[in-house]
Amino acid sequence: MSTVIESAETDGASGSPKPRKTLPAVTIRFAGDSGDGMQLAGTQFTDTSALLGNDISTLPDFPAEIRAPAGTLAGVSGYQIHFSSNDIFTPGDEVDALVAMNPAALRTNLKSVKIGGIVIVNEDSFSAVDLKKAQYTANPLEDGTLGRYRLVKVPIDKLNAAATADTGLGAKDTDRCKNMFALGLVYWLYGRPLDATLGYINKKFAKKPQVASANTKALQAGYNFGITTELFQEHYEVPKAKLASGLYRKITGNEAVALGMVAAAHLSGKELIYCSYPITPASDILHELSARKNFGVMTFQAEDEIAAMGAAIGVAFGGSLAATGTSGPGLALKGEAIGLAVMTELPVVIVNVQRGGPSTGLPTKTEQADLLQAMFGRNGECPVPILAATSASDCFSALIEAFTIATKYMTPVLFLSDGYIANGAEPWLVPDVDELPKIVIHHPTAANDEGGFMPYKRNEDGARPWALPGTPGLEHRIGGLEKQDVTGNVSYDPANHEHMIHLRAQKVAEIKPAGSAYLWNGPQSGDVLLVGWGSTYGAIRAAVQQLTEEGVSVASCQIRYLNPLPEQLGEMMKRFKHVLAPEMNLGQLRMLLRAKFLIDVQGLNKVRGQPFTISEITRGVHALLRGNLNGHMVSVNDGPAPQIEAINDEG
Amino acid sequence: MSTATPSTNVLKAADFASDQDPRWCPGCGDYAILAQTKKVLAKIGADRSKTVFISGIGCSSRFPSYMNTYGFHSIHGRAPTLVTGLKLAQPELNVWMVTGDGDALSIGGNHLIHMIRRNVDVKILLFNNRIYGLTKGQYSPTSEHGKKTKSTPMGSPDMPVRPISIAIAAEASFAARAVDIDVKHLEYVLERAAKHKGSAFVEIYQNCNIFNDGAFEYATDKLTKSDTTLYLEHGKPLIFGKELDKGIRVHGMNPEIVRVKGTNDPQGPSLSSSPADDLLIHDEKAENPSLAFMLSRMRHPDFPEPLGVFRAVDQERYAQLVRNQSVDAVERLGKGDLQTLLRGSETWTV
Repeated sequence: MSTVIESAETDGASGSPKPRKTLPAVTIRFAGDSGDGMQLAGTQFTDTSALLGNDISTLPDFPAEIRAPAGTLAGVSGYQIHFSSNDIFTPGDEVDALVAMNPAALRTNLKSVKIGGIVIVNEDSFSAVDLKKAQYTANPLEDGTLGRYRLVKVPIDKLNAAATADTGLGAKDTDRCKNMFALGLVYWLYGRPLDATLGYINKKFAKKPQVASANTKALQAGYNFGITTELFQEHYEVPKAKLASGLYRKITGNEAVALGMVAAAHLSGKELIYCSYPITPASDILHELSARKNFGVMTFQAEDEIAAMGAAIGVAFGGSLAATGTSGPGLALKGEAIGLAVMTELPVVIVNVQRGGPSTGLPTKTEQADLLQAMFGRNGECPVPILAATSASDCFSALIEAFTIATKYMTPVLFLSDGYIANGAEPWLVPDVDELPKIVIHHPTAANDEGGFMPYKRNEDGARPWALPGTPGLEHRIGGLEKQDVTGNVSYDPANHEHMIHLRAQKVAEIKPAGSAYLWNGPQSGDVLLVGWGSTYGAIRAAVQQLTEEGVSVASCQIRYLNPLPEQLGEMMKRFKHVLAPEMNLGQLRMLLRAKFLIDVQGLNKVRGQPFTISEITRGVHALLRGNLNGHMVSVNDGPAPQIEAINDEG
Repeated sequence: MSTATPSTNVLKAADFASDQDPRWCPGCGDYAILAQTKKVLAKIGADRSKTVFISGIGCSSRFPSYMNTYGFHSIHGRAPTLVTGLKLAQPELNVWMVTGDGDALSIGGNHLIHMIRRNVDVKILLFNNRIYGLTKGQYSPTSEHGKKTKSTPMGSPDMPVRPISIAIAAEASFAARAVDIDVKHLEYVLERAAKHKGSAFVEIYQNCNIFNDGAFEYATDKLTKSDTTLYLEHGKPLIFGKELDKGIRVHGMNPEIVRVKGTNDPQGPSLSSSPADDLLIHDEKAENPSLAFMLSRMRHPDFPEPLGVFRAVDQERYAQLVRNQSVDAVERLGKGDLQTLLRGSETWTV
């Protein structure tokens, strides 16, 4: 990534100018204890880089424990940022520069650093006790462990303490500014201005001037240290990316989901009520929407997952836009009530921000293993349309599409995101509200039949009328018992039951997408078609680009509408010699594709709580082309199974 | 499907009947409750189009099908969640929830507690028959200890819950009890509930003549009921007995049955006597729910079981509180502008 393309600029701000090299793209990672403020350092670096005009993609990676014991491997929190002068689609395969605040952070993150990459360590935190907590038997700063890297030892504790000494704060408070020192140093290293972060500090600590001053001094001291120290011989810049012109902002997937909900309320002219129970990694949607009460949005923090789904059904019955959000274990709890929404044919959008499973699994890590749960995780024949967002920013439009489908076809809709795009950030071309598609909703006010109002009399889309309580003359009863066609009265008639099963299945099967059913990259035929869904889009797309440059005949199809699957997909897959499905599960999409289209799809599967790197996919394609298959799967490592490290290794 | 009765005219009880015939067992207590509910709706001038009945699963939960209003027969135990969502969407609707002892207190116990503590504006009719009827006769959370049923051939090892104790512990703003066949009193209690603003919890003793016949015979039998039940009246002393010769006095933290001074002692010398002034005066509006809770603990055969309104206090309602926040937010921040929100705080131009 960081090939040097030109050199010999100098740093005008420095008394002793150091050469400045221009790089097309860089990946850095901040790593430290979960109390070290690494997430903040990472988001500040991201904001600054976005404002500079880089393309960005981020990967926050933190433990499930809020504060695991300090200094231990379990407590390491990291934030990776890929910033570039080109279009990028992933947070970066390998790290060009790592900041490690303690030995545990070094140990868990070093293997991500490319050979020859920069490793900045806080040398003040490498005492014998610190090393022991990280299960190091020898000091890696001295034993040659880091021989293949450009090691930069910085006494961050001491320098930070000196910089903040005259702020009047105690040592405990000034120590908390260490992340700003590290950030300042990295800002210098990559030629970023301090303004945005200084602005953030002043706003955040407006009522605590001493704290603001300490953070400011730490940030500046870190920057100045870069200028004056002999440890760095050069520094770098990454020019602006050539993105489509327009107004941009940074956005995470969870933010985009929340904004999509506010927009759906606006576009339908309705209130939106979001019913949810706190769960990682979906809770930020609830937080974001709770702060939007002046937008016709209400939130209901339910007593449990089931209540959240039940309340959403009540909201939909009452005629407002209804949504709930959760993660895999919560979706399991909602299953029965989702069936009720299918039976009563009411529009509810259910957001599932997938995480590592089964059971509690890996709450803060990403995975795509809920696809089959989304498809089939309910009793009876219970079809639910499924959309999967392909990136953080795609969550916005996909969410609006989900409401369009839900209200047009009168059905619950499952919206799949995952921990990776939920927390990862990227630039977003801010849409013009006037150009967003309206969500057109009709509520009947008069009987639809000579015999009176028939709640299950369908329109040409197979949708039943959305008649609201409070409407005179349309009084009717619905519920979870099987319905007689048209009248909606309870019916135990065998033929009617089968007829209704078919009607519900047909309604979902014939849904027309409200946006792109899939995203295609590359030629229409060739040797390999990569078929993916959801958040793997970036890595797959970047892999196609690389493989094409290498001369491989490859294309990709990222499916956004997973139920119903695009009908033409079968024909499209047949135009390739091989079809490979990279997924962060053991082959759930592959199973669906094989079942529906009778095509011999192969799998490239990774279930480690981490997104695919680009090279894992390119290696997988090469393995496939060499015929290196294990059953129907190729290994992401293109070789023996990965070694499971004996230590408790979060990286 | 609906019938075409106009909902604007003055309606009679019969106008609230749907075109579906009730399918409860002949002799079931549910019929009496259905009849009184329709009567009360007519009496209070309810608008069919603005009235919604929501239920869970169980015999009682068939109720909405028989009402010519809006209705939702949901899933087991979850009716409170639908009620809460519906009231958030449309706070002005007149919502009734029909449930049973299994639906409300076993599978749906969590939701019931939380709906009541939020004081969602809903009338809750809990048909307590102390048995699972729809699944043909297993013991329920209100079945008495030792109860022999299909699933407890050696007697139930469970201790029963007391529905009104649960409601009061959940901060109920209204809690009452009635008996299915005591139709005049049932009508009174339902009317009180209908007029209450907030969660109005009504436990109705309902006889399941198939699987638990006679469960409340002590409270319905003409010969015994004046000694086994006690009608609560706000501001009046707690007096019961055929001759109104017994009363309830509080002794320490406990209720105690006393003979009202000046009356004959039908129970013999075991009862102490007390002047009427010393009897417990019922106060349904008491802010402190302790006395109402104490009344909810009084059980046959140790005490007469109180009927009527245990508690009726005015508390803020959930949907209003939620919507007030929206109004406040608009007042403080102005009506949200979507374009500004999408733009966010930090932007750059390419």
